[in-house]
Amino acid sequence: MAKKPKNKRRDFLQLSTVTLGAVGTAAFIWPFLKSMSPAEDTLAAGSTEVDISAIEEGQSITIKWRGKPVFIKKRTKDEIDAAKMVQASDLRDPQDDADRVQKEEWLVLVGVCTHLGCVPLGQKVSDMKGDYDGWYCPCHGSHYDTSGRIRKGPAPKNLDVPPYTFLNDNTIKIG
Amino acid sequence: MDKNRKVHQFKNPVLNWIEFRLPIISYFKKEYGDYPMPKNCNYFWSFGALATITLVTMIVSGIFLAMNYTPHTDMAFDSVERIMRDVNYGWLMRYIHSNGAAFFFIIVYIHIVRAMYFGSYKYPRELNWILGVFIFLLMMATSFLGYTLPWGQMSYWGATVITNLFSAIPFIGEGLKTWLLGDYNVGNATLNRFFALHYVLPFVIFGVVGLHVAAVHVHGSNNPDGIDIKTNNDSVNFFPYMLIKDTVAMCAFGVAISAVIFFGPNLMAEVDNYIPADPLVTPAHIVPNWYLAPFYAILRAVPDKLGGVLLMFGAIVILFVLPWLDRSKVRSCNYRPIYKWFMMGFFVNFFALGYVGMLPAEGLYLLIARVGLLYYFGFFFIITPFVGWIEKPTKLPLSISDVYAKNIAPNIGGGEKGMPAPAMQKDTNL
Repeated sequence: MAKKPKNKRRDFLQLSTVTLGAVGTAAFIWPFLKSMSPAEDTLAAGSTEVDISAIEEGQSITIKWRGKPVFIKKRTKDEIDAAKMVQASDLRDPQDDADRVQKEEWLVLVGVCTHLGCVPLGQKVSDMKGDYDGWYCPCHGSHYDTSGRIRKGPAPKNLDVPPYTFLNDNTIKIG
Repeated sequence: MDKNRKVHQFKNPVLNWIEFRLPIISYFKKEYGDYPMPKNCNYFWSFGALATITLVTMIVSGIFLAMNYTPHTDMAFDSVERIMRDVNYGWLMRYIHSNGAAFFFIIVYIHIVRAMYFGSYKYPRELNWILGVFIFLLMMATSFLGYTLPWGQMSYWGATVITNLFSAIPFIGEGLKTWLLGDYNVGNATLNRFFALHYVLPFVIFGVVGLHVAAVHVHGSNNPDGIDIKTNNDSVNFFPYMLIKDTVAMCAFGVAISAVIFFGPNLMAEVDNYIPADPLVTPAHIVPNWYLAPFYAILRAVPDKLGGVLLMFGAIVILFVLPWLDRSKVRSCNYRPIYKWFMMGFFVNFFALGYVGMLPAEGLYLLIARVGLLYYFGFFFIITPFVGWIEKPTKLPLSISDVYAKNIAPNIGGGEKGMPAPAMQKDTNL
């Protein structure tokens, strides 16, 4: 019985050493892991202003924003109607067309497929536009409609709408 | 320290001097000199040695490529072209490295087929199998990282697609992807870290290979009949018999890889990778390296993002537990009349998956991929446990020397029965 207090003391020393070692190691690993996150200059990548006065109805341009392609499309009447007619509740990622645009003729999208990150086709007149006349991703066959919403194929979500503001009727600021 | 340690005595005093301080001479003598190999082993047993040689070749050619490569998005593509055009023998280094990667996978796939068909993964070599699957995983990661470095269109979009797989993970996916890339999309931060990791991982592989070899040397190599060595008469020494046999295999391999390096260096390359990476244009058809295509086919066969990713990784992870899914005590499929055919079906199926993985995922190809996926998982979860239970194996031979006397020795010198060349008989006169 005389041994017991001594064992307790030994246990305490062992436990506190291991705990301190583990906490210390974890604390030391953190800066290394964190160094792999986007650096400050990467985060600071700013906004882009785009002149949209030259875009004709039905035409679409691709610009680069934070290294990603952004689609700016001036939609035709038919395309707007087609986008509006859809019941949001029937969609995989339910969203009304009105929630995806600020002015209904201007559709602004991040041109990155939400499946595995390819750039969907549909910007050029000669491109395949998919079954819903919007965009079609050639990598794994996702179809997007005239509002950039996912309608068919493996992608889980609609094409992202980036933050943007109309500075005036002819200029959009993205970011 | 053990004062009673018995020190091996050699004739050479220098060896004795070293051996007394570091018993490395006796270690090599034991592991690579006197190491007993079953004497019925065929040429399938040379692929472990071939894989080791290829790994060393990849490391050496890679180090020399790194001396001239620049891991920056603005310069990477041009630095690779410079290696091809201006650096002395740069073209040779690069073609050895790019084709060496493909041959590394060919060899390792044959090595895995060998282990599966002849039941090398079973007791007592389960840990050896696990280490092997781990090496396979590291190889896939390393080859993916390396494929990004030339910064061509396939490099860029391959990296984009594969890193986006992680974004399928619920809640943490997007954050994890951004952390892996060091940016919101594949960029300079990504290329930099991919280069660093591509440089270091082969040395990790080398370490795990060391464990893999050490583990197989504990219980010895398996053999085509899957029975244990019982007497000295069942085996031959590694040196010189297996070394000579492996050397013959290495010569054949050297001819094959040289033929490709010198006469068809771009046979297995994608044309699109000679176009510099463009983040705004996706190639019409993204193709993985052929050696990863079976897993890519599984990914695309599933019409759900997370599901596809889980099944693709699952297809590799399932290999880890194969030793426990297979309930049969008989190792070699040569003595398993039913399982043998399912096993061959598995190999054919894997090949078919790889084939459709290189083609667009639509119509008939998609159907084949889906049937292939069902068979792949069905083989592991249903066929393997179930067949082991109902199958009646044919009678195992009494000993390896028995097999040797009946089946191999009569065929030496031009037998047409199709047994691969036998190991040489231990000659006591030597």
